[in-house]
Amino acid sequence: MIQYAAIILFVFGIYGLLTNRNIIKMIISLNIMEVGLFIFIISIGFSYDGIAPIITSASGSGLIYVDPLPQALVLTAIVIGVGTTALALAIAKSIHNKYNTFNLDEMEEEL
Amino acid sequence: MTMTLFDVVSTFIGVLLIAIAFLALNSNKLIRAVLYLSALSMLTVVAFVLMKAPDVAVTEAVIGSGLVTALFVFTLLSVKRRETK
Amino acid sequence: MKNILGLFVALLLGVFIILALDTSASFPEFGDIDLTERVSDEYLDGNNIDDVGSANIVTAIVVGYRGFDTLGEVTVLFISALGVALVFGGVPNKQNRLDLKFKPNFMLKTGSKIIFGFILVTSLYIIFHGHLSPGGGFPGGAMIASAILLLYLSDDKFRSNVKGFKLLEGIAGSLFVIIGLLGLVFATYFLQNFLPAGTVGEILSAGIIPIIYVLIGLKVGSEISGIVDNFLTEGESV
Repeated sequence: MIQYAAIILFVFGIYGLLTNRNIIKMIISLNIMEVGLFIFIISIGFSYDGIAPIITSASGSGLIYVDPLPQALVLTAIVIGVGTTALALAIAKSIHNKYNTFNLDEMEEEL
Repeated sequence: MTMTLFDVVSTFIGVLLIAIAFLALNSNKLIRAVLYLSALSMLTVVAFVLMKAPDVAVTEAVIGSGLVTALFVFTLLSVKRRETK
Repeated sequence: MKNILGLFVALLLGVFIILALDTSASFPEFGDIDLTERVSDEYLDGNNIDDVGSANIVTAIVVGYRGFDTLGEVTVLFISALGVALVFGGVPNKQNRLDLKFKPNFMLKTGSKIIFGFILVTSLYIIFHGHLSPGGGFPGGAMIASAILLLYLSDDKFRSNVKGFKLLEGIAGSLFVIIGLLGLVFATYFLQNFLPAGTVGEILSAGIIPIIYVLIGLKVGSEISGIVDNFLTEGESV
């Protein structure tokens, strides 16, 4: 179920990117897409009887862990995500400085 | 086929995620869309904890629902201020 | 009309993704994975865990096995921070802070100064225990940045020492590369763990992994604090 939710979030993000004409809304759609992708990648490594991949004193052999590799990939991807979002917002702000609007249609009228 | 507790909770989280994403895409005010995005990140943390990924959950809780929201709000605030001038 | 076309394309994409994954034989069922046919089986192998010495296997992958990847990732974050600074004018001595809509009162100012210390201590704890418990350099660094953000919010006139952040960031990044090169000198390849691994679960274990994660934490924290500072200070009007 949660995998279907992740794919639907991704599709929502694509829909928002295609139909919105507001730059901030487009960045929000990008973030929604990102969140869906993170959930999907984590869900690939999940196992019903696995435990979190951290060795404790109680753990002997024969324990099943969830796959740690997707978690490592998503950990770095989240930090990259804040970098790209910050850059996109900075560019949106400088666009607003020039045209006084976030809307792409109103920008076209001024050109 | 019986529904375990995990299935019930994950279905609930999935439906909530979709509903909040829909609200974020269809809200008229930009600030509301930003706050819905923050709520979406917070629910994602629950999904990560359910799927046994505590490292990712901590990171997403700090970054996704804290810092990114702050950056969005600062952008909107600075723009509003220039418009009122 | 445009909206209907967009909806159609998005729906088509969703159906296509679900069908492609559903019919693929190599894509596992949810929650029913076989670790023995994946790379992660080696990471979770008992002997390899003793060799690396990190109790948190995600940390072992991020800093140990895939350390070079993390170096590139930190570079990407640095470049995006640089891009934000460039877009916002890049005038070094701009003093005009963005006005908040409210006047911070005495309680807010004092309270946030007290909480600032707690957040900083928590973030340092998370960073130093990155190889033992969930967390590490990335969330810890982001926590440092949110502590700085709290100071910005509670005081209208506050400006952090941006030059100090830049210096810290540069030093942390260079030390990361220098430790990698030391691996090349004392052992055989870049970023190799040349310190003893120690016992799994102790604070002084896992060789260079905690050192590198502390450096990553400082670097991420100072970079995101720099981004927050850029957003809250108005550039010269272009």
